[in-house]
Amino acid sequence: MSTVIKVENLGKQYRLGSVSTGSLSHDINRSWHKLLGKADPYLKLSEVNDRTSKGNSDYVWAIQDINFDVERGEVLGIIGRNGAGKSTLLKILSRTTAPTKGAVKIKGRVASLLEVGTGFHPELSGRENIFLNGAILGMTKKEISRKFDEIVDFAGVERYIDTPVKRYSSGMYVRLAFAVAAHLESEILIVDEVLAVGDAAFQKKCMGKMSEMSKGEGRTVLFVSHNLPAVKRLCTKALYLSNGQLHYNGTVAEAASHYFKEVEYRSTLLSDFNKREGNGKVRLTSIDILSKHPVEMNQDLKLLLKLHQPIEKSRLIMSFTLRDFDHQMLSYFVSDETQLIFENKDQTLTDSVEIHIKNLNFRPGKYNVRIMLHDSDTTAENTCDIVESAMELEVIGNDFFQSGKPLRLHDPTAILNAYFVYK
Amino acid sequence: MGQNQHQQINMQQKENMSNEKQWDLIIEPKPKLFQLNLKEVWRYRDLMLLFVKRDFVAQYKQTILGPLWHIIQPIFTTLVFLLVFGKIANIPTDGITPILFFMSGVTIWTYFSACLTATSTTFIANASIFGKVYFPRLVIPLSTVISNLIKFGIQLLLLIVAIVWYAIKGEDYYFGWHLLLVPVLVVMMAILGLGLGIIISSLTTKYRDFTVLIGFAVQLLMYASPVAYPLSFLHTKSYAKWIAWNPLSPILEGFRFALFHKGNFMYHDLIYSGVFIAIIMVLGLWMFSKVERTFMDTV
Repeated sequence: MSTVIKVENLGKQYRLGSVSTGSLSHDINRSWHKLLGKADPYLKLSEVNDRTSKGNSDYVWAIQDINFDVERGEVLGIIGRNGAGKSTLLKILSRTTAPTKGAVKIKGRVASLLEVGTGFHPELSGRENIFLNGAILGMTKKEISRKFDEIVDFAGVERYIDTPVKRYSSGMYVRLAFAVAAHLESEILIVDEVLAVGDAAFQKKCMGKMSEMSKGEGRTVLFVSHNLPAVKRLCTKALYLSNGQLHYNGTVAEAASHYFKEVEYRSTLLSDFNKREGNGKVRLTSIDILSKHPVEMNQDLKLLLKLHQPIEKSRLIMSFTLRDFDHQMLSYFVSDETQLIFENKDQTLTDSVEIHIKNLNFRPGKYNVRIMLHDSDTTAENTCDIVESAMELEVIGNDFFQSGKPLRLHDPTAILNAYFVYK
Repeated sequence: MGQNQHQQINMQQKENMSNEKQWDLIIEPKPKLFQLNLKEVWRYRDLMLLFVKRDFVAQYKQTILGPLWHIIQPIFTTLVFLLVFGKIANIPTDGITPILFFMSGVTIWTYFSACLTATSTTFIANASIFGKVYFPRLVIPLSTVISNLIKFGIQLLLLIVAIVWYAIKGEDYYFGWHLLLVPVLVVMMAILGLGLGIIISSLTTKYRDFTVLIGFAVQLLMYASPVAYPLSFLHTKSYAKWIAWNPLSPILEGFRFALFHKGNFMYHDLIYSGVFIAIIMVLGLWMFSKVERTFMDTV
């Protein structure tokens, strides 16, 4: 294995607000400092990139102090919320803009697919555009001619190849563009969110092509996406960026859990239900775990939920969903199908509910809990509150199978009490 | 022992240096003083030709006359010049057939102004493409200069047809080794147009004032250059020396001299233009290489 990309102390500063007003005076001030041999006065001023808080400076670091290495043949996922600096990083790597600080060292040719169909000319035919786009991406005419049939075949646009691309459907357009980029003879391919378009079959084809490139041909792929299952399936490593800083560099699963933690922390503080979905008739305000937490496998779990105002017991329907950190549903149940116990029979209203779960048969790991509150039925219009990440549930392992052997810790899912008989 | 250690450090340094060398590309904030990458531009020559082709094809989609416009434009300009400067203002033409005098001036001037105005929008017009993919940015202005060269070629052909036509009709004609000057002058015009164009395109990324300026500056520059009049016409005027200092004057005079062997053209004037053009080109390339790295942030 050898390092093909080395990123050292990379930083990129942007100026906020309008570019022209006052930029002349800043330019003059900057060159004056340069003339006197002093540092750029505006480099010091800038701040970490947090969009939500109002800063004092006109300058922000879109990314700052980024360090990482990429090995040959790796598929590196880059994840983070909007504005975390993913695109800026890719822009620097693909040389559409220069960094303010630090350096990137690259071995081999880089092809970037930041937006599909770059340089496609609507008036030109598919054939002409393959050549034009290929040349923009750095191929010579010879290379393109050699791969032409393969590209057309992969894109599946053979019939339309001599039609101007302005007559193409958007799916055909994207397929053709991806096909050109995927057939580049580059050692490094940078892909940004292109799989968001195109149908499921084509997405699968793209993913297949990308993993074939990395595994079969030893090419390196950098992949930016919000589609975490795709990142998980495809990538061998992942970076997690937040506010322009590299927060995590390592396994994909761990990076994904960092990502969800931040997303959840931002989107659902239990006490802050203004931004939550639902009609708001009744809202969840707190969850307490009454039993031991982290909970051991096969043990009972007891939760206490408080509502912001009382509601008739006969009308309240509650649902509990257990998910993994990719938000893949693992299990759920709804109060209108379980047993219901009404305590305090003299009162028709309630604002606190306990959930009892017996024998929590889940593998060790971290889980995400969604709670939904409904009024009378579970239709969308009668959904009062949706708490996407109401709490994090941690399950710890024990000798569940009574085999004395340790359990695997990856892929938290439900577990069945089973044993094998070898005959 | 101490020496040994010293040697080891030396070895390590050497190793580091060889490690540095194996990188194909190092992206850094500050470019090397003069980073041109002509080799890279050459590697992208196919792209350059495709851009030239695209310029051509796209321009004539949905036109009836198509490439004929290249001929119509200089013919009408020449006729207007002939009327305004030749008939109304009665400007002498150094003994050259008036229509050929004006046509030759218009032909070479059109090439210069087309190169200048087209390359001056390099960054702004191509921002969407530059923002998404890297290729040597110089490919775009170079392809502009080349596609304009083809248009110039068509117009030159028209001029040659006109010269031959008037020669058959019995007018003076010239055929000699001075004609070899023509390609030299065309290259000089191309470089000057390219150089000035990329300087302006570099400035416009931040300050759009220059896009406004270029629109009428080219027109005014034409009147300050001997396009519609010969330099000899001014010799009694006090401002003649200002026009003579215009680095475009020797080229325009030289172009007519090469074609018709008439006029008061001197070779050493061309050296002055050549030096000026070289300075402009170096300055332009320096500014361009500086701006191309970060213009996406300001455009």
